[in-house]
Amino acid sequence: MSVLELQEVDVFYGDFQALFKVTLKVEQGQTFACIGANGGGKSTLLRTVAGLQRPTSGKVLFHGEPVDQVPAHDRVGMGIALVPEGRRVFPSLTVFENLQIGAYGGRKGDWGTDSVMELFPLLKPLVKRQASSLSGGEQQALAIGRALMANPELLLLDEVSLGLAPVVIKRIYEAMLHLVGTGTTIVVVEQDVQHVLTVADHVACFLEGRISLEGKPSDLSSEAITAAYFGM
Amino acid sequence: MDWVNVALQGILLGGLYALFATGLALVFGVMRMVNLAHGDLGILAAFVALFLVQSLHLGVMWSGLLTIVIMFVVGYLLQRGLLNFTLGSDDTRPIVVTFGLSIIIQNGLIMWFSADSQGLDAGTLENISIRINDQLSIGWFPLLVFVTSIVVIALLQTFLNRTKLGRAFRATSDDREAAELMGIDNRHIYGLAMAIALAIVALAGILLAVRTTFDPTQGSFRLIYAFEAVIMGGMGSIWGTLIGGIVLGMSQTLGSQAFGAGWGLLVGHVVFLTVLAVRPSGFFAKTVTA
Repeated sequence: MSVLELQEVDVFYGDFQALFKVTLKVEQGQTFACIGANGGGKSTLLRTVAGLQRPTSGKVLFHGEPVDQVPAHDRVGMGIALVPEGRRVFPSLTVFENLQIGAYGGRKGDWGTDSVMELFPLLKPLVKRQASSLSGGEQQALAIGRALMANPELLLLDEVSLGLAPVVIKRIYEAMLHLVGTGTTIVVVEQDVQHVLTVADHVACFLEGRISLEGKPSDLSSEAITAAYFGM
Repeated sequence: MDWVNVALQGILLGGLYALFATGLALVFGVMRMVNLAHGDLGILAAFVALFLVQSLHLGVMWSGLLTIVIMFVVGYLLQRGLLNFTLGSDDTRPIVVTFGLSIIIQNGLIMWFSADSQGLDAGTLENISIRINDQLSIGWFPLLVFVTSIVVIALLQTFLNRTKLGRAFRATSDDREAAELMGIDNRHIYGLAMAIALAIVALAGILLAVRTTFDPTQGSFRLIYAFEAVIMGGMGSIWGTLIGGIVLGMSQTLGSQAFGAGWGLLVGHVVFLTVLAVRPSGFFAKTVTA
């Protein structure tokens, strides 16, 4: 059974329709990449899976069970964690408190403050600092670490490389590869196609709220991806 | 020595103002909501305590404790049942709703208890005092109120800084949606914040009722003093609220001493406006917004 399944999901922001009958399946242990230009509906997809957005029609299934009626704050306990776009660390809390909050409604498991800081050693000297004083890359590492504290089965990553220096992006993708190794199912949203294809084993290209191309990265030519990305 | 005495009374009075203001600051800090019924809810608590004393013949102490528990529950239910629905994109909705609540409470109390002044009698505790020297003495009760306010503020600060639930309060204040992603139900957190706020303002209302007389219309004045204490202290700083309360209390008592009785309140407002003009973010401004 698929970990995550969407069946013909429509999502609206007021009058604006962001997703049109989106159907997809994410299998256990898969790294599922959503690529595409701005406004394609990638972030909306993740927000819908995390429960921040409700579909007007269609179904979201987690392990075959519909979760549409489950509020966002209960989904993290089921094993769904989202690293939101723009990092959204708690600015007035310390790094350590941000990590503690990550475990608030989460599940028991191997991830804890020690193992997160092993994955992101750059956080170690910063534990007592206020999160607002961190650099963008440090905040991103913290945001991912905070989500891991919930011991998610399904990790949703939204634009984790946006606005970061190449060396930081490299480190974050190394961490992602490590997570893939632990068997965590990952759905990652990226505009940066090249990077994400190094970790993804399935890719879906979003264009104006619909999936314009889907498949294994090895089966897709870069011309086909480019065409789907820009809608040519 | 008169002046020292008056300043001392002002400091002690400031403790009571801070106690009235703490819940207002907490609610604003956690959910960015201005509760215009805050003062009336404190006065309502005083009447509830009075009712318990008169009808169940409880002592002031027990009726006060019971009232605090009642107001804690009322706060949670009020937030979950009504005020949560006013929160959202439109900031004016909670203001209008709590303004209406304020009118309902005031008029309800007038209908029920009449507009007469009432008092809660705590016996000899109200009148005994500590003599420091011939001209200087401190009343036991004002001192007790002051110490209570410091203890309450310290407990609240410890709760916010050191406990799991307190962290959830601060996280929700920083970013409600991100907190939801951590598994925090903001409706519950808001309910608890209002419950704690009303428990504290209930304590303040009861202490006020023992200290002096009270009537159903007092809530509005209490709200203004509370606002002045919160704003002078700096939005988001709970210890700042204590300092704000003390500055307000001293301004009022020293103003009365300097210009005659009746002028104290005006001096308090003028000092507040001066602070607002010179240091609009208050003494202990903290950036609480994300």
